Amino acid sequence: MTTVNINSISKDDLPWIIEYASEKCQLCGRCVAACSFGAIKVDVQKRKKVQAISNEEGFQIDEDQKAIPVIRQVIDANNFCRGCGICTKVCPNNAINVTRNKTEIFGTRYRAKTAQSVKRGGRSNLHTEGRTLDKIKVGRISQMTDPSLDALRHTFDLRTNLGRVVSADNLDFDIVDGELQEKKNKNLPVNTSIYPIMFSDMSIGALSPRMWEAIAIATAYLNEVKHIPIRMSTGEGGIPDKLLRSKYLKYMILQIASGHFGWNRIINSMPYMQENPAGILIKIGQGAKPGDGGLLMAEKNVKLIQEIRGVPKADLLSPPNHQGLYSIEESVQKMFLSMNCAFRFKVPVAIKVAASSTSVSVYNNLLRDPYNIVGGFFIDGLQGGTGAAHEISLNHTGHPIVSKLRDCYLAAVHQGKQGQIPIFAGGGIGMNGNLAADTFKMICLGASGVFIGKLILQIAGCVGNDFGKCNGCNTGKCPVGITTQNPKLMQRLDVDRVAENIVNYICAADIELKKLLAPVGNSTLPIGRSDALVCVDKNVAERLNIQYAC
Amino acid sequence: MCRIGSIKSKRYIHPSMVLRLMRSQQKGHDNSGFAFIMQDLGGIFENYKELPILSMAVTDEGMKYAEDMLHKIGFVRVFQYNPEVYPDSSLKIETMPNYVFEVFQYPKNYKNASKEEKENLLLDTRLKLRSHLEQNEEGFVYSFYPDVISLKEIGDPNDIGTYFNLWSEEVNLRAKIITAQCRQNTNYDIVRYAAHPFFLQGYTTLTNGENTFYEKNKLMQQKLHRGYIGFESDSQCFLYTLHYVHKILKWPLKYYKHVLTPLPFEETEKRADKNVLQRIKSSLQNLEINGPNTTIGVLPDGTMFNVIDSKKLRPTVVCKDGDIVVMTSEVTGANEILPNRDISKDIYTNERELVVVDNDLNIQRIAQ
Repeated sequence: MTTVNINSISKDDLPWIIEYASEKCQLCGRCVAACSFGAIKVDVQKRKKVQAISNEEGFQIDEDQKAIPVIRQVIDANNFCRGCGICTKVCPNNAINVTRNKTEIFGTRYRAKTAQSVKRGGRSNLHTEGRTLDKIKVGRISQMTDPSLDALRHTFDLRTNLGRVVSADNLDFDIVDGELQEKKNKNLPVNTSIYPIMFSDMSIGALSPRMWEAIAIATAYLNEVKHIPIRMSTGEGGIPDKLLRSKYLKYMILQIASGHFGWNRIINSMPYMQENPAGILIKIGQGAKPGDGGLLMAEKNVKLIQEIRGVPKADLLSPPNHQGLYSIEESVQKMFLSMNCAFRFKVPVAIKVAASSTSVSVYNNLLRDPYNIVGGFFIDGLQGGTGAAHEISLNHTGHPIVSKLRDCYLAAVHQGKQGQIPIFAGGGIGMNGNLAADTFKMICLGASGVFIGKLILQIAGCVGNDFGKCNGCNTGKCPVGITTQNPKLMQRLDVDRVAENIVNYICAADIELKKLLAPVGNSTLPIGRSDALVCVDKNVAERLNIQYAC
Repeated sequence: MCRIGSIKSKRYIHPSMVLRLMRSQQKGHDNSGFAFIMQDLGGIFENYKELPILSMAVTDEGMKYAEDMLHKIGFVRVFQYNPEVYPDSSLKIETMPNYVFEVFQYPKNYKNASKEEKENLLLDTRLKLRSHLEQNEEGFVYSFYPDVISLKEIGDPNDIGTYFNLWSEEVNLRAKIITAQCRQNTNYDIVRYAAHPFFLQGYTTLTNGENTFYEKNKLMQQKLHRGYIGFESDSQCFLYTLHYVHKILKWPLKYYKHVLTPLPFEETEKRADKNVLQRIKSSLQNLEINGPNTTIGVLPDGTMFNVIDSKKLRPTVVCKDGDIVVMTSEVTGANEILPNRDISKDIYTNERELVVVDNDLNIQRIAQ
């Protein structure tokens, strides 16, 4: 007797369960209209009411049958509820809600049904250890001999370097009438002074054009109006022509990754550029999915994206590595040199790698770069986010960023070359919302700056979190218009409001950064000043070579 | 807080003058030591201007080791001065068995050596001697350089003065430049090497306040020069930066200020020399200080100068009266020894300048 089909996906297999109260529902249909994943549908429920009514003859049976319209959860391996909560947001009567299914069986069912690996966006959703940065406190407070500064009234110089820094004995200045002068024929590597927080590389394609534009607007506004010299990396997806030829290009770091997407257009625009870009970032790897290339599903590869990237409609899978590069030395010789040549040695060229057990070797090797053309070392830790990845990569590959940053910095110290190739660290920076605290701690541990990605999306209104909520960036169905190319969904994103929120958040972080600099008595960035920190975890303290406190 | 002071004079003066300069600045319980360096020597050292003088405080074993070692290298002692001491159980002082100032002739094979070769020999010899004395706890070697003597001791500065008879102006010890510090030791783990002034190859600095970028400075300096060692005090970093900027890089003195307290980016952007200043800021970012500090320094040619941190958290006054210029951390000291000067001409170094005194005692204020 077939009464139950136990091999089908059932409601209690799904990662999120819709709780629906039909008695509160006014049947407006907003939830169904708003659900971008098609995870709920309007359906009809059969209701039968049977009652006994007593009368003179005894009683009679009264049977009332009704068909009631209801909202029903879709049970499907593809159109399943991601828990984004948009339905709850739009419901006027609080009639619908979503709750996390604690059984966590969906991944198993999905694989068994589709023979596919689970893919999603977001960050690692495994929380197997406490967050290292939260165990570190700014513990060396200036009080008597070294008084604290006034965070509101004091002048702070929050600048860091991007670009190769040469040792002082290689500056080789002339002395003319008691003044140092640069030698006329001495070509020192380009070096720029920027804000220590950077908007990380998220491509047009991974992001909707509106979201990408909002970050670009915020970047320009922060520079031009707020005088916060923040920089934005384009990600591997090209950049609109108009921006390439505008004066705002000077705030953009152009990324080149293994797919080289968008570079045809960039190269064609070079004769028309008014300004040099702020930098070139050669992406070798990223922390969220180390050893994996970029992944843009065909659903998101719409016409505009095809034009910018110069590609046909298809899944865009960047190779896991740059074809033709076999060693660090070769990457310096080929990619760094060709990029430097292309921009006439006037633009810093940096490299981004996923944090790994081998990062120190890579960094050490780059520090030996004889041409002084490696302008920055970006390390991305495993808590970084991504628009699309296999979940197994997100949850099980990568290296925590904090100790890796520290190792790289101390490796440079060992060579007496700290600061010569500035280290920028990312991957989970600001993931608890406290960007300034994370930035300050990373700087004290040796970072010249940090880069943030996922946090910007959260500022913009991303409803996802690191506990399985939404994470549907890969589907092209982002319910808030951030990681979608669907014109209707994109409309949900108010570009100006998003830009404003990003500007506000960075302004707030700027204040908070000063609130950490002031009590340790510093008005410039304490890069490598780890004595300002204490750690409440002995193992972490020992590993990072900072003071343990309890 | 440490009190620091320096006197530069056209005539030879006695260390009692720096004792008076320092004593009047004393507050409460800040008495843990007294140290001074004399340069451009008169008195009993006046006839040995070109010859290196070894200043150390050692045990008998340390003394013997030093003499044997120097002899082995080829140094020949030509003069020795052991200051007479006046022990008294009431004095608060932790003494060493021997205080030695010895003048040496260079080894014969250095007869035609350049100044640089001789300086390297003196430095290497001192480092080797220091290393041995340190390992065996046999004493402290403070300087080994021509025309310079150093003394550092733990205790009440008044009592240290009494012990060495520094209060009476006897004729043996005389110099045209004397720098001195009265220490306040916060950590109660008193190390003689941690007392200012610090000296290296003709360069002297003394600093008060707290070097909040000590870790950055130290990690960088350790790799820059073999003579940059010790770091018992965060203030040693100021000496090593001075030595590196002025002697190794051979940059004019005014760039010392640009290294210690670089101008903010917005200000450098407006300047004609912005490229140079931004390069310096980037390349020597690890030698930047972040205050609160004041530093008094002396160059090998006798130039004396003062710089303070860019937040003006540690003032210094520069005073002149006739043949004497005084730089010190508190004006009471200057009032004690230069009571008749025109105080309207006192200079309080500002956060964006370098005050320099040349050998004719001309005072120059160099804006950063």
